[in-house]
Amino acid sequence: MTKIDDLFSQLRTSGKKALMPFVTAGDPDLQFTADVIRELDRRGCTMCEVGIPYSDPIADGPVIQASYTRALAHKIKVQQILAMLGKVSSEVKMPIVTMVSFAIIHRYGPEKFVADAKAAGVCGAIVPDLLVEEADRFSAICKAADFNLIELVTPTTPRERALRIANSSTGFLYYVSIAGITGERTQLPPDLVENVGWLKSQTKLPICIGFGISQPEHVKLLAPVSDGLIVGSAIVRRVAEAATRPRGEVLKEVGEYVSTLLAALA
Amino acid sequence: MSTVSPLQSVPDAAGRFGSFGGRYVPETLTRALDELTAEYAKAQQDPAFQAELDDLFKNFVGRPSPLYFAKRLTQRCKGAQIWLKREDLNHTGAHKINNTLGQALLTMRMKKKRVIAETGAGQHGVATATACAHFGIPCVVYMGEEDIRRQAPNVNSMKLLGAEVRPVTSGSRTLRDAINEAMRDWMSSVDTTHYILGSVVGPHPFPRIVRDFQSVIGRETRVQSLERLGRLPDCVVACVGGGSNAAGMFYPFVGDSTVKLIGVEAGGRSSRPGDHASPLSYGSPGILHGSFSYVMQDEDGQTCDVHSISAGLDYPGVGPEHSYWKDAGRVTYTACEDDDALRGFDALAQCEGILPALESSHAIAFAMKHAATMKPDQTLVVCLSGRGDKDAAEIARLRG
Repeated sequence: MTKIDDLFSQLRTSGKKALMPFVTAGDPDLQFTADVIRELDRRGCTMCEVGIPYSDPIADGPVIQASYTRALAHKIKVQQILAMLGKVSSEVKMPIVTMVSFAIIHRYGPEKFVADAKAAGVCGAIVPDLLVEEADRFSAICKAADFNLIELVTPTTPRERALRIANSSTGFLYYVSIAGITGERTQLPPDLVENVGWLKSQTKLPICIGFGISQPEHVKLLAPVSDGLIVGSAIVRRVAEAATRPRGEVLKEVGEYVSTLLAALA
Repeated sequence: MSTVSPLQSVPDAAGRFGSFGGRYVPETLTRALDELTAEYAKAQQDPAFQAELDDLFKNFVGRPSPLYFAKRLTQRCKGAQIWLKREDLNHTGAHKINNTLGQALLTMRMKKKRVIAETGAGQHGVATATACAHFGIPCVVYMGEEDIRRQAPNVNSMKLLGAEVRPVTSGSRTLRDAINEAMRDWMSSVDTTHYILGSVVGPHPFPRIVRDFQSVIGRETRVQSLERLGRLPDCVVACVGGGSNAAGMFYPFVGDSTVKLIGVEAGGRSSRPGDHASPLSYGSPGILHGSFSYVMQDEDGQTCDVHSISAGLDYPGVGPEHSYWKDAGRVTYTACEDDDALRGFDALAQCEGILPALESSHAIAFAMKHAATMKPDQTLVVCLSGRGDKDAAEIARLRG
């Protein structure tokens, strides 16, 4: 049982759902990232996804892509990110997972990445460019270390394949709400609730929905059918202002924003 | 083909060339990649598909392209006989049209209503716009702002052919960023859109499909060599950016152990990181744009900035089959610097009355040096992948 398994077990017992914010490590710097993580925890968020910046993200929209570019402009390194997480993870209640390209994991060394991330208190990884067909070796490394490899299902995934991914994923299953890139959207696909409902009936693995979610209305619509909701670009857009505005103000606004989502989840 | 080498029996079903290749893409794209794999397999078994492509090659592209003896260039180099495979004489002026017509036919078979593409030097963009105009398919081409500046004539051609050219302002504003943007578009439009990838890069099945469509270059060269020279050439040289003209030229010769194959990368200004675009010469295995291959990366796996005088070679990765050939020792890869490429350009212009593309000028420059080390009864064929009209203004600008 990992910390994430424990968390979802408790949430299910108490009938609650998870809110998982996403932040980019190092935007505008690692100190502020740590401050944002603490603020999100203080507000009651359930889990935090920390994006490790990558130079060539394909699945990310302009907001997250730009945050990666800003972070990398400061020559931020994976070891510095893990050092920051090592400090902050012991101060917060919420489990932390990383969103990280396999290009980075491969270069860092898969065994070393899992060992170092785990030592930093990270509970798992979402690797958006590692398909289930390519994941066997890394999955085995993660399982041996009791480190969650959270895999993704999308609206274009055939149902048979979705079940295969659900069997391979650990911790939870990341359901991508739309066929597209990350980013805030006003409209979500009309068949989203039905599709997630079907998948939920087929697996015991918790299912969390991400991509496009930014409004309390989205949270109210999707909470009943999922185990958790993931919010990225709407937070990263607000955090980006810390580069040009007083940090205390930005931190407060981020906190107030997630509080509105948490209220919609209650 | 007289011999079939185990080196030619790749990729496997997972798109692997040895340890290289594969698929490292978001899950959203897998259904489209599976669909493309299946449709291509069906097309390969369909005589009507190959007949239609052959007809287009003959009557629309102008194939076979000539194998031309560069007599004055040979006299200048005082070594092996230098022959040119004239892909520059194809319709639209480069080898790129071979692949775009093949993929446009696949687009029609898959009943996709829209095409997207990326381009560096603009030759692939023009070829895609041409194929789409021929079939009446709406077309959007992503192109880095820096490349738009360097390749204005091709941008104009794409627009005249009815394509929409979307400038890419992120990153280095070159081919790599254009590929990122095209992939992002495809993520959001995958049900209705086919992405005509322009080189032997990207996730499976693209490296195989592009290689197969470009292999017409090597197949023709083989036949023409036997007819004109009475034997196979001793050496074949091609430039390598992503590597599509080189893959198409080399693949049919891979089983011929007497034929030395040499790929020439963009050596840029120097061998220092950031000064060149030579992942096979100076890079390491990593992941970029959906496949595992040699790439220019830092110690964290972040893609490095690269440089080449040639927009078409200004790319930090390379096709996975080239990585496979490199590690297998079948193909030798080297690099040629910007200044050498300009000298190759001048030599071909002045000795033969041919303006080569700056990409091809890298191969010419290396071939001139290499031919000088060979004997006069030996033959060397250079793939002249494209014509240089598009580069004339940039060369004039660089020379003040």
